[in-house]
Amino acid sequence: MLCDVCKTESASVFLTQIVDGKMQKVNMCENCSRERGVTDPTAFALADLLKGLGAAQEVEQIVGRGQKCDTCGFTLVEFKKTGRLGCSACYPVFSEGIATMLSGMHKGSNHVGKVPERFVKTVERERVLKDLQQRLRKAVTEENYEEAATLRDQIKGMGEEE
Amino acid sequence: MAIRNILNKTSDWLGGDGPHHQIVVSSRVRLARNLRGVPFPGWAKKAERVTILETIRPRVEGLPEMGDAYSLPCQDLSALEKQVLVERHLISREHAAKGLGSAVVMNRKQNLSIMVNEEDHLRMQAIRSGLQLKAAFKAINKVDTELEKELDFAFDSTLGYLTACPSNVGTGMRASAMVHLPGLVLSEQINQVIQAVNKIGLAVRGLYGEGTEALGNLFQVSNQTTLGESEEQIIDRLQKVILQLIEHEQNARMTLLQHRPNTLLDNVGRAYGILRHAYSMNSKEALNLLSLAKLGCDLGFYPEPWQVAVDELFMETQPAHLQKGSQQKLAADERDALRAEIIRGKLQECPGPAMASVLSSVPAPTTPPKEIGDA
Repeated sequence: MLCDVCKTESASVFLTQIVDGKMQKVNMCENCSRERGVTDPTAFALADLLKGLGAAQEVEQIVGRGQKCDTCGFTLVEFKKTGRLGCSACYPVFSEGIATMLSGMHKGSNHVGKVPERFVKTVERERVLKDLQQRLRKAVTEENYEEAATLRDQIKGMGEEE
Repeated sequence: MAIRNILNKTSDWLGGDGPHHQIVVSSRVRLARNLRGVPFPGWAKKAERVTILETIRPRVEGLPEMGDAYSLPCQDLSALEKQVLVERHLISREHAAKGLGSAVVMNRKQNLSIMVNEEDHLRMQAIRSGLQLKAAFKAINKVDTELEKELDFAFDSTLGYLTACPSNVGTGMRASAMVHLPGLVLSEQINQVIQAVNKIGLAVRGLYGEGTEALGNLFQVSNQTTLGESEEQIIDRLQKVILQLIEHEQNARMTLLQHRPNTLLDNVGRAYGILRHAYSMNSKEALNLLSLAKLGCDLGFYPEPWQVAVDELFMETQPAHLQKGSQQKLAADERDALRAEIIRGKLQECPGPAMASVLSSVPAPTTPPKEIGDA
């Protein structure tokens, strides 16, 4: 049996963990298990590893296109190996490849927690803008053109504030 | 030498006086943060990591909380010193493997530690004794708010804080509590409990063992996800689950006393005998026996002051803590002998478990034992 991580060495560490009520199994060679801190479960969750592996399969399809992060030169080939991205700019670059993975990993797809002070205004503005655009679409489908015109002006007004 | 002071002084949070400290050993909250536009530590070249460290380190050292801090570059720490810090949960195992370009800054009380260039540029954590998740979050959140004034953290309005591993995006927060659950283990209810906790999206990890067979009956319960919930919601949810775990553990202990006193007494009594009289003990055995001694303290089998001695032994018998007192590197069998010696010495005056007096004060069972898992 081959190691699920490097897929070259034969597996000698077999792990089982129950995640979200489902039994998950992973087989690893000694090197990979040591690298991933399997002998120290304080630093290790099988869930994280499994999600990383599952994601790698999704990522596979996009790897072929050879997309590269302009900021740091990272490619998804590396992501397949480590499950880590290259820099913060990689997120928008590889958004397609990691979107499904993120939704499988987390409770939601939108951040609702703390916002750094310097982003508070931007984030607030984006939220208002999104809301206005949504109301505009609704007004248009309902053929409520009077309201649509007001909303359009509001959106335009926000653009000028910048 | 700064490092000597740290190694010789125990961590503040080990004092064991926080709320619910009999069952909840400690609470930890860590935040992951990264600088915008520079590679994450795992992808950065050595020179880049050094530059990033030079940007971050003075800001961290300048924090009001870090007025008396120890700031330690990883390459200046020996393997043994790093291992001691790992055993105290002040740095991660991953960070212990780092050298030039990484550092750890921690306060004197050792309840606040900031790793620079671990998996993320910043891994900041606060530890408190007992169940104090909110207090730990408050402390680390304050540090974060201070640092964001001077450091440009990578943040996205949809994804939140951006981290090297996508499993941490959003709040970048991992809140965890270390719980001691011998009652649930002895009454064989622990697997059910772990499954129930897993089902609601929280992770349960052993302390030093694999899977559910945690050594020393110690378990870490933490949030699994970081995106889609606020920090307060995550902590609130975790807090509620921990409070339920405490209740189940207390029920399990009472049920054992009432319905299976012999099982309990046999475990506690044997642990006492071995701890007092063994001449060689590996760390796994030590943790498991100390867990039973701790349970004995909680249940009143031993006079109260012994609680502190037992709690201290949990840390003092860890491999690196044992080693740090010796000049040369000890072989495994030498460590086992030393471990047994330290335990015998510390518990020399400890009286035998007061079985009869505890049992006579146990109230007669009123209700049938409560089922686990219906919470």
